[in-house]
Amino acid sequence: MIENLGINYEEAVAVILFGIGFTMMLFQRNLIKKLIGMNIMDTGTFLLLASMGYISGRKAPIIENGIQKTEAYINPVPAGLVLTGIVVSVSVTAIMLALTIRLYKRYHTLYLDDIYALSIHEQEDR
Amino acid sequence: MKKDRMNKWLSGDYDLLEHVMDTTEVPDHGREQVKKEKKSLLERLNQEARTYTVIEAEQRGFRRLYNVVAVISCIFLISVLLFLVSLLPHYGEENPRTIPMVERYVEEGLEETGAVNIVSGLILDYRAFDTLGESHVLFTALVCVMILLRIDRKNMRTDFEDYYTIQQDAYYDLSKDSIIRFVGSVLLPVVFIYGIYILLNGQNSPGGGFSGGAVMGAALIMSAAAFGFKTVDRYLTAKVSSVITFVALGFYSFAKGYVFFTGANGLDNHIPKGTPGAIFSGGLILPLDIAVGIVVACTMFGFYSLFVRGIIGGEYETDSLVEKSRSASLVRKGGSHKDPAVDEDDRPITRLRKVARPENPLENAGPEDLVCDEDGRPVARLMKMTGPRQEGRQEDEDD
Repeated sequence: MIENLGINYEEAVAVILFGIGFTMMLFQRNLIKKLIGMNIMDTGTFLLLASMGYISGRKAPIIENGIQKTEAYINPVPAGLVLTGIVVSVSVTAIMLALTIRLYKRYHTLYLDDIYALSIHEQEDR
Repeated sequence: MKKDRMNKWLSGDYDLLEHVMDTTEVPDHGREQVKKEKKSLLERLNQEARTYTVIEAEQRGFRRLYNVVAVISCIFLISVLLFLVSLLPHYGEENPRTIPMVERYVEEGLEETGAVNIVSGLILDYRAFDTLGESHVLFTALVCVMILLRIDRKNMRTDFEDYYTIQQDAYYDLSKDSIIRFVGSVLLPVVFIYGIYILLNGQNSPGGGFSGGAVMGAALIMSAAAFGFKTVDRYLTAKVSSVITFVALGFYSFAKGYVFFTGANGLDNHIPKGTPGAIFSGGLILPLDIAVGIVVACTMFGFYSLFVRGIIGGEYETDSLVEKSRSASLVRKGGSHKDPAVDEDDRPITRLRKVARPENPLENAGPEDLVCDEDGRPVARLMKMTGPRQEGRQEDEDD
């Protein structure tokens, strides 16, 4: 297993990045830092996809000198998938940031514990 | 009451969120004042026995459990993923199972799509439906951000901070910085032309709609930052941007719908493929790239504009916004009753009235500066924190 991990070092790094992002989302109490964690998770996914498509010694899939052989180019499918992932990640990040701004405007803090305390206080006032 | 509201809403003269948003118990002060109050409220909450014990008791057990479960799940996730990675085919070697699919894309892609860049042909021809969905995801995200952050006449009076935000933004305007102005004037044309180049050469070289559109959006953001939003408002108002986004998405849907229809029925679609390598090649790929690029550029600029000032552009000038927010805050004070923000009984909608409001609240805010309802009783618990704590407790007992 360890040998395989050494060979698949790029995928291993991608997976570890994903884990770091997940850990940040669980342990950080600051909403912006949670968002940064989510973006690190996205980055890990993109790295995994890109490294899955890579084949050593081959070129990017842009046809050159009329060579149309599978042996000349890397796998083009993961590139398309990464594009989808990037677009979705941008959209989700924008929506999360907007929600964070609304929360900050209401509670004037980004820390979840404080928001929790303030919301309990509001409920008691009602 | 609720039925009444529902009927009013159905007949179109009632905003469902009006009272919900308006009764936020927040005084009319500046941003800093509110921040101070929230902070002191938090401090008092931490000292106050009851709420503190509630939160503590809920959190003490929960937090320990949460930490244990979180650590275990993180370690579990990473180890499972690492184990799966060790089972993957070796890095840098071809996976034989993907060969049939890749063969089709690489060996027949040029003939079937006319694009030299195989990835472009892949995402805009074979998987064009996927890309249409992506553009719609971006558009939907822009709409969501607009719903959350947009400032207009309707929610101006609900958002007590907007007045101060706009004032501060006028003060901290980036375009006053001479360095940014100079760098912007040097870089802007280059970046714009580079974005258009990437956009138009998507079928021949790395690039295409998304990357070119992102670079063009960056150029729009740069021009807004370096020369002020008024420069961009001249050609890209909210209306223009939504119309061209709609036209681009509609063109994409109709063009691909035509191709799908003809392709599924075995007809010829009469779209010339062109010579591979020329700009006008690849059939529909170039127009679709342009459509996607327009959507992406408008969305990127829309995100920036909404985050910075709350509108996409052109509809409301900053000065008139300040005027509107000022009149809205007057209404909240109970100052001018002729503003639209009054309900049928000619009462200000927020039902909050200031007693003994000093001229400059930021300087002279004191314990007597309480927010009261019509009967003169203090409403906002937030304001009590500025006074001595004992006073606040007595009022609590009175309630």
